[in-house]
Amino acid sequence: MRLQLALLSSALLLPGCSRSSAPKPPAPTAYGIQIAEVSGGKQVAAVGSALPQPVVMQVNGADGNPVAGALVSFRGEGVDFNPAQALSDASGQATAAVRLGSAPGDYQIVAETPKSGGGSAAVTLRETALGYEQKLGSEVNDKYCNRCHDNESTPERVSNFDNLSPAPHLYTDGATYNRISDADLLNIIARGGPALGKSPQMPAYGSTLKPAEIKALISYIRAMADPPYQTPGVKYGK
Amino acid sequence: MVVGPSLEELLNSNDQPGPLRSRPSGRELAIFGAVSLVLVVSLAIAPAKNYFSDWRHLQKAYLKLANDRQGGTLVRNFHGGIRQTWIPSLGVVDRCETCHVNQNGALLGSAGQPFRKHPPIPHDLGQFGCVLCHRGQGAATSVEEAHHTTEAWEQPLLPARYLDSSCGQCHLGALPGAPRLNEGRRLLSAMGCVHCHVVAQPDGNVMKPDDNPPPLVHIAEKTSREWIFAWIKNPQAYAASATMPNFQLSDQDAADISAFLIAQSTPSAAVKNAPPTAPSAQPAATANPTEAATLYGSLFCSSCHAVQNAAGNLVGGNFGPELTRVGSKANPDWLRRWLKDPGQYEPDTRMPHYRFDEKQITMLSGFLLAKKDDDLLSKVHLPAANADSVVRGKKLVTESGCAACHQINGVNPPQNFAPDLSRVGSRALSQIVFVPGMKHNVHDYITAKIHDPRSFGPALKMPKFNVTDEQIVALTTALLAQTDRANGLPHELLLSAERKPDYHPGGDAGKLMEDLRCLSCHSINGHGGDMAPDLTREGSSVQRAWLEEFMKNPNTLRPALIRRMPKFNLGPAEIKTISDYILSAYQAPGFDSQTLDAHAMDTDAAARGKQLFYSKYGCQACHIADYKNDKGYVGPALAGVGNRLTPVWMYKWLKDPNALRPGTLMPNLNLKDDEARDLAAFLMTLKAKQNGGAK
Repeated sequence: MRLQLALLSSALLLPGCSRSSAPKPPAPTAYGIQIAEVSGGKQVAAVGSALPQPVVMQVNGADGNPVAGALVSFRGEGVDFNPAQALSDASGQATAAVRLGSAPGDYQIVAETPKSGGGSAAVTLRETALGYEQKLGSEVNDKYCNRCHDNESTPERVSNFDNLSPAPHLYTDGATYNRISDADLLNIIARGGPALGKSPQMPAYGSTLKPAEIKALISYIRAMADPPYQTPGVKYGK
Repeated sequence: MVVGPSLEELLNSNDQPGPLRSRPSGRELAIFGAVSLVLVVSLAIAPAKNYFSDWRHLQKAYLKLANDRQGGTLVRNFHGGIRQTWIPSLGVVDRCETCHVNQNGALLGSAGQPFRKHPPIPHDLGQFGCVLCHRGQGAATSVEEAHHTTEAWEQPLLPARYLDSSCGQCHLGALPGAPRLNEGRRLLSAMGCVHCHVVAQPDGNVMKPDDNPPPLVHIAEKTSREWIFAWIKNPQAYAASATMPNFQLSDQDAADISAFLIAQSTPSAAVKNAPPTAPSAQPAATANPTEAATLYGSLFCSSCHAVQNAAGNLVGGNFGPELTRVGSKANPDWLRRWLKDPGQYEPDTRMPHYRFDEKQITMLSGFLLAKKDDDLLSKVHLPAANADSVVRGKKLVTESGCAACHQINGVNPPQNFAPDLSRVGSRALSQIVFVPGMKHNVHDYITAKIHDPRSFGPALKMPKFNVTDEQIVALTTALLAQTDRANGLPHELLLSAERKPDYHPGGDAGKLMEDLRCLSCHSINGHGGDMAPDLTREGSSVQRAWLEEFMKNPNTLRPALIRRMPKFNLGPAEIKTISDYILSAYQAPGFDSQTLDAHAMDTDAAARGKQLFYSKYGCQACHIADYKNDKGYVGPALAGVGNRLTPVWMYKWLKDPNALRPGTLMPNLNLKDDEARDLAAFLMTLKAKQNGGAK
C-alpha cells in the first residue's frame, strides 16, 4: 500500500517537475561587458500578438567591439520569446521574435548578458500591446489624425505634418500629452483647437466621431505616449 | 468498496457460536478502528476538496489585497462562494467571476491575474458571459479545467491573438476594432480560399471569392507552354506577389498540365474579329524607351499594376497582375490586342478599355515586353506534347481542382471539392489528424494547415499558399469565428454583412461606363471599387464644363495622391453621353436652387467667408485655396473650385459632409447657416486661371 502511494505520488509529481524545468541555455563561448539595443524597441502590436519586427541586441566587450558567442537572455512578464536565450552571432548580435502578453498596456523586456568577471549587464526595452479600445482608437487615428499627427509618409498617405504651423504634436510626444487631462483632450478633439486656446487648424470632430470613438482615441494616445502616461492617483504594487 | 466485503468475511470467519461476545478482541478493534478511519477520511474528501479549492484560496488572496489597499467597505460588501453568470438563452453558465472577482475594477490600482480589471469592451460585462468570447469551460471551478483542454472538455481558452474571432460569431460583416477578423475574412475571399471551401455564416450568407482568377480558355494566345510550366511549378518565381498557390508539382505533372492547357485553348473573339493583316507586321518596339516609360507613368498603370524596382520592392497597386517579368510571359501579338480592347479576350476583366492609338500601343507593348527575366524560361525544355501527355494533363487538372478557380474548356468546376469550413472553429479534436508533436487544439491545427498543408500528408491536395505569419493569424481568426455556438445563437443577435447591391448603369452611357470599367475604381450606389471617389451624387456636385474638361484631360485634384484617374482618350460624343448621364442620374435628394439665396452670396459674404476659412476654421491646414501661400495636402485642392463645384453642393457639404458622402474624411464642423453660406461664397470666387482645371 505504501509502495503504491509512493508510486502514485511520484507519478503525479514527475510531470509537474518536468513542466517547470526550462530548456537548457546554450553554453556561452565568450563574455561581453555591455549590451545595447540595435532595433526592436518601442513597437506596437495587438494583445497576444507578435511584434512586427524582432528585437535585436548587441553585446560589446571592454574594447567596445562586438563579442560573438555571448549568452543573451530575454525576459518579460507575460511575454514569449523565440528563442528566450541565444548566443550572439559573428557581429555580436542576438535576435529574438517577441510575442506580447494578453493584457493591454506596456511591457518591459529585459535583455541580459553575463559579464566576464561575474554579474551581468542588462538593458530594458518598452513595447506596447493594444487592447480592443486602443485598436479602435488606432483605426480612428489611421483615418482622421495621422495625416497631420504623424510625420512619416507611406505610399498611400503623404504626411501633412511639415506643412503645418504651428506643428501638430506627434502622438508619441508624451511630454506634451501627459500634461493634458482626459477631459481637456476630449474637449480639443470634440471642439477643435480653439477650445483650449490652441490652433484653429485642429478641427472639431465632435459631430463626426461618436463619443466612444473619441474615448477610444484618447486611450490610444495614452498608449502611444513616450515617456509612458501614468493614470492619476495612488500607485499600488501588483 | 474493497473495505465492505473484507469486513464481512472477517465477521463470518469468526468460529465462535452463540451471542456476540461482550469484548471484541484487540485485532477486531484494530480492524474496526481502521475501517472507521477510512470511512471518516473518505467522507471528508469532498468537504476538504471544497475547502482547499483553487477558488477559495484565490478569494482569500483577493480579500487580503483589498484589505491592504482600501480596507473595510470593499471587503464587507464582498460576497464569497461560487459566483456565476447564467444566461439560459445563450447556454451560458460561467463561473469565471468566482476567481476573477475584480473584473469591474472595484479594487484600487492595478493587479495581476486573476484580479486584473477587464479592459474596456463595447458590451457590458455579463451581457454575454465570458466563454462566448474567451472559450474555455465556463462551468468549471478549478483553474486547470476552466482554462485547458481536459479529457471531458476540448476547447481551451482562446489565445489573445485570436480574440477578434469571437466578435465574428455575431458580427458577420466588417467590424471596427477587430482588424484581424476583418483582414482574415478579406483574405478568405481575396486569396480565393472560398473557391474550394464552403464558408457559410450563421445567417446563411456564403462567402464569395474576390480574386478574379483569369479564365484559361484562350490561354494559347496569351502565353507559351514553357511559361505555363514555369508558372505552375512556382508562381512566386514569376511574380513575388502572385496569389496562385504552389501545388508542388513534379516536372512530369507540370509538363502534362501545360500540354493540356495549350491543347484545350480556343481562339478568342479578339482573334476571330482581328483584321486579316497580322499586327506583328508592325515594328515592335521602335519607340524611345524613356518616352514609353513616361507614357506608362502618365497613364497611371501603376495605380493597379506593380513592378519590382531595383531594390526588390514592389511599387504600384495590387488590383491587376504584377508586371515585373511580363515580357517573359506575354505573346507580343496578344499584348497588342489586349491593350487595344481587353474585353475581347476576357469579357469579365477589370481592366478598362482605353482608346489607345497605334503609336501608344506600340510604345506600351514595347515597354512591357522589355520587362523580361531570361533566367525564368532558359532552363525549361519541354518534350513535344503528345496525346498521352494531354490526357494525363486533363486528369491532373481535374484532380487538382484547377477548374474551381479557372475557367477551362472541357473541365467542369468541381462541387464540394474541399472540406466545408462553416463550423471549423468547433471541429471535434477526435476528427482531426494531428501531426506528431503538435498541440491538440483547433487553432494550432488551422495555423499549421495553412502554413504547410502537405506536412499533414504528401498526398493531400491543398496547395501551399504564399502567406505571411500575420496573414495566417488573420485567416485563423476568421475561421475560428465559424463555430457551432454561432449557429445556435438567437437570430436577433446576428448582425449580417452589408451586401453590395448589384448595380449596372443603364442605356448607352451604361454600356460606355461598362466598357471603361468605371466601377473597377469608382463606386455608385454601394457597388464598385474603393480606389476612386464615390460617384453616387456626382451630378449634384460638379459643374458640366468642369466635368467634360476633366474627362477629356483628367488632372489632379489631390496633389498628394498616387493613384489617379487615367486618360482614356475619350471622343467628344462619348464625353457628352457620360456627362449627360452623370448630371441627370447621379443626383442627391433634396437639392434645388432655392436652398441658397444667390443674392446673399455677394462680395461682402465672400470676404467674411475668407476670414472664416483662414482664421476661425483654419481650413488651409488641409486644403489649398491659393497655391502661393497654402500647403494643406489632406483634402482636395480648392484653387479653381469655383469652376468645379456647384454653390448648393458646397453649402450642403459644409453643413454635413458625411450626409452626402458617408465615410468622408472631412469633419462636420457644425457650421451655422450663414457661416456655410459665406464660406461657399468665398469658395465660388476661387476661379481657375485657364481651362477650368485646377493646376
